[in-house]
Amino acid sequence: MTRVLGIAAGSALILLFATLLIVVMPAVQLQSSRNVPEALEPYSPAAERGREVYISMGCQYCHSQQPRDPGLAPDGQRGWGRPSVPPDYAYDQPHLLGTMRTGPDLLNIGARQPSVDWHLTHLYNPRALIPDSTMPAFRFLFETTDVVLNQDREVNLPPDFRPEAGHVIATQDAMDLVQYLLELDRTYETEAIPQASAEGADAEKAP
Amino acid sequence: MNPALAFLLAMTFLISIGGLFLLIWALANDQFATAQSAARTIFAEGEEGVVEDPALSSDARQAMQAQRDAGQHQPDTDELEFRIEADRSSRVPVLAWTASSVLWLLLGSLFGLLASLKLHLPELLANEAVLTFGRVRPAHLNVVAYGWASMAGVGVGLWLIPRLFKEALVGGVYATAGAVFWNLGMVAGTVAILAGHSDGLEWLEFPWQIDILLVLGGALAAVPLLLTLLKRRVHHLYVSSWYLVAALVWFPMLFITGNIPGLFSGVEQAAMNWWFAHNVLGLWMTPLGLAAAYYFIPKIVGAPVYSYSLSLLGFWALALFYSQVGMHHLIGGPVPTWLVTLSIVQSVMMFIPVLAVAINHHMTVAGHFRLLLYSPTLRFVTLGAMMYTFASVQGSLEALRSVNVVTHFTHYTVAHAHMGVYGFLSFILFGSIYFVMPRLMGWEWPYAWAISAHFWLVFIGFGIYFWPLSVGGWLQGLAMLDPARSFMESVTLTLPYLEARSVGGTLMTLGHLIFATHFFIALLRQGPERQGPSLLWRRLQSGEAT
Repeated sequence: MTRVLGIAAGSALILLFATLLIVVMPAVQLQSSRNVPEALEPYSPAAERGREVYISMGCQYCHSQQPRDPGLAPDGQRGWGRPSVPPDYAYDQPHLLGTMRTGPDLLNIGARQPSVDWHLTHLYNPRALIPDSTMPAFRFLFETTDVVLNQDREVNLPPDFRPEAGHVIATQDAMDLVQYLLELDRTYETEAIPQASAEGADAEKAP
Repeated sequence: MNPALAFLLAMTFLISIGGLFLLIWALANDQFATAQSAARTIFAEGEEGVVEDPALSSDARQAMQAQRDAGQHQPDTDELEFRIEADRSSRVPVLAWTASSVLWLLLGSLFGLLASLKLHLPELLANEAVLTFGRVRPAHLNVVAYGWASMAGVGVGLWLIPRLFKEALVGGVYATAGAVFWNLGMVAGTVAILAGHSDGLEWLEFPWQIDILLVLGGALAAVPLLLTLLKRRVHHLYVSSWYLVAALVWFPMLFITGNIPGLFSGVEQAAMNWWFAHNVLGLWMTPLGLAAAYYFIPKIVGAPVYSYSLSLLGFWALALFYSQVGMHHLIGGPVPTWLVTLSIVQSVMMFIPVLAVAINHHMTVAGHFRLLLYSPTLRFVTLGAMMYTFASVQGSLEALRSVNVVTHFTHYTVAHAHMGVYGFLSFILFGSIYFVMPRLMGWEWPYAWAISAHFWLVFIGFGIYFWPLSVGGWLQGLAMLDPARSFMESVTLTLPYLEARSVGGTLMTLGHLIFATHFFIALLRQGPERQGPSLLWRRLQSGEAT
């Protein structure tokens, strides 16, 4: 090849074409922001702040938010919920679908584990509840005080995991994060799930 | 009919017709008849057959030459002398980009090692938010991807420009300024991630305001490529320059689109995210690595690439197929099935460019395999090229639904990613830097043992990194698919493999320490002065040229 312009224009066109196919087309087809499920509530202000904490702590590097179809993986049997569909993410920006399952899927953690106490203890030290857990402890989201005030939320810790002196209380960040986790709940019914078995049945009925 | 399907059908028809016309045009205009002579543009008149490895002492190089052939070669001295001028012209910008990259490599290795340790020692340095796993991991990725691999790739690319176009680098000062902006962006971005200000998208964590610095730095680095292209003295553009030009077009398109805030949300954003993340590997890092490999392999063994027409096929097929593979990261996810299927098909089609490149690289070395014993530079580059083939074939297979259902969400994918960016790209960059530095400095590498130590540490270290992590990841995937086994089983079973990975990572980091120390000793012109490859320069200077 001898023409720089040919190489540059050819390369640019090929990438434009790919972008049209795999970025623009899905956006045109899905339009999730217009098809918000009725049962899906926007995140509360506290949960929005908690989502920022989730991102800032990099939770998405170990936890996915996309339960898969039962035909593919036993996600449902693990209690992670029905397969997710595009409208479930209507309020998610940035998206947090994730690519690793060093820990379990969290799209329905709010339904699976609705206890604030459980989450606070688990965040303070995951090994207080799950001995073999490899999750980092987020002790820096908590404070240790001598006196617990009325508005403070004290964390219930098993004796072995308490600090030597004082009481452990949750910071605003910890409370927000837990609020976000509680609002991760996509257990409502949806019609958007593709029904492979139903299609198969239709095909059998066809003459 | 589903509008997406209708569109795809229409596009398929139009593209096929367009492709047919392009083929007819190419045949009519002799585009495929690129004579093998074009592959010889990287050699001076009469230079073919001469081995070149500036990282070797003159004795070792003579032994290597004797191993290759005993013939007398009389390269055209004017051209060799010009090449010295060419290397001089690119010296400052190349050093600015590569020296920075070596520092980022060290920092990135430390982040990587810490992240690896934390996966099996969760209480390690756990009391500081700055060093929590979820920050160290993206810091590692961004520092090695944009600090090490990209900066070293740009540095080697800048060095290649005058050699490929046979014209001294024009406007090198812009590229040097670009390195300053890029480094500022890297520092700010890394601090932002550690402080918890991440954009939240994998591969795009740097806050978009900081990315503006990288865009500026990259644009400045591109100026000399364009200016030198305009003044070039060669008619035919050697294959390495196609990849450099294309990478220059692709990276800004990807990086700017990927970082525009608020463009997409939800699943659409996930599609954009993986369009970006896979293309930054396929259309930015891969072209940089292949451009270097296409130059250094033939140059070191003194033989033109095996089939020049094949390299043409490899280039365009890479562009066409690689650009559409990203959605295989969302297999089983909440995205339209046609989209995922499209990416799987293109992932398998990647066999075509990969085989074209593989044949070219491996057949060029074949027949000269014993030269690997002599030249550590060739060892790095050839192994890098082999690992490119391996990583690509592995990647195509991994995109198949039956394989992906096991490997998705596991450490297997992490091992595979390192086979690409480390095994392929970093090995080629190591080799390239060993070749380039003596030419730039007019100063031989001070300690030959350090190059060997670096090679063996990272080679063995990477083996200990890759194989256990792949096996552990596969077992992790099988455990997650088995509803009879608890999720925790998939966590605990990976621990020994994660520990092995930390051992491998430690060896790799040690290798990088030796490499970086050696690099800066050479940069500061310290260490014993020896006669050697940079000899060519000195010999010419003292008028003893042969």
